[in-house]
Amino acid sequence: MKLLYFAWVRERIGLTDETVEPPAHIGTVGDLLGWLRTRGEGYEAALVEPEAIRVALDHDHAEHDASIVGIREVALFPPMTGG
Amino acid sequence: MALIRTAVTDAPLDLAGEFAGVSNGRADVGAVVTFTGLCRDEDGRLEALELEHYPGMAEAEITRIATLAAERWDVQALTVLHRYGKVTPGEAIVLVVAASSHRHAAFEAAEFVMDFLKTHAPFWKKEHALDGSTAGWVEARIADDEAEARWNKDA
Repeated sequence: MKLLYFAWVRERIGLTDETVEPPAHIGTVGDLLGWLRTRGEGYEAALVEPEAIRVALDHDHAEHDASIVGIREVALFPPMTGG
Repeated sequence: MALIRTAVTDAPLDLAGEFAGVSNGRADVGAVVTFTGLCRDEDGRLEALELEHYPGMAEAEITRIATLAAERWDVQALTVLHRYGKVTPGEAIVLVVAASSHRHAAFEAAEFVMDFLKTHAPFWKKEHALDGSTAGWVEARIADDEAEARWNKDA
């Protein structure tokens, strides 16, 4: 599974993207965020307030209870500020 | 069927050219509404805004929003363009051009596009200050969520 990070999520984690293989019991976006937080200080700093994190699964906006089974690309980012 | 044109670009946006694109040589267009969102200098504080985007999704989301608007209002043409990269005060960040037979459809389609784009299109603004101080990310506004929500109430 490919993970993409944008804006301050990208800056705090220190990566634009990476490929990961979460454990089998990680089934939802929320599970994934919790698992990522255990991967280091940068992840913890980026994801300490999970409710502030917006998520897209294969380019579609998704809620934190959405399943990530079969998803190829997960993007994590702050609330959008375009326009 | 509306003519939909969308783009995400690092080049300056051409309002006159886009206006001509939806109106020149057509006799069925009676109203063109244009909206231009500009970069402010925040009382002289900013040197530039840097727009980060999610390539692929940003284009797809803008096209999805424009298509929703064209299904909901009777527009002949709808153009939505958004910048990425560095934008300096006075430059356009976003341009919406809606053409229709009558004004209401054009006004509402343009406003709908902007309200949904603000909350759904994956762009993020980072401030670059003139004094070289640490640039910060612009925070999302609750008012933008409320502006979007009102379109759902009367849907």
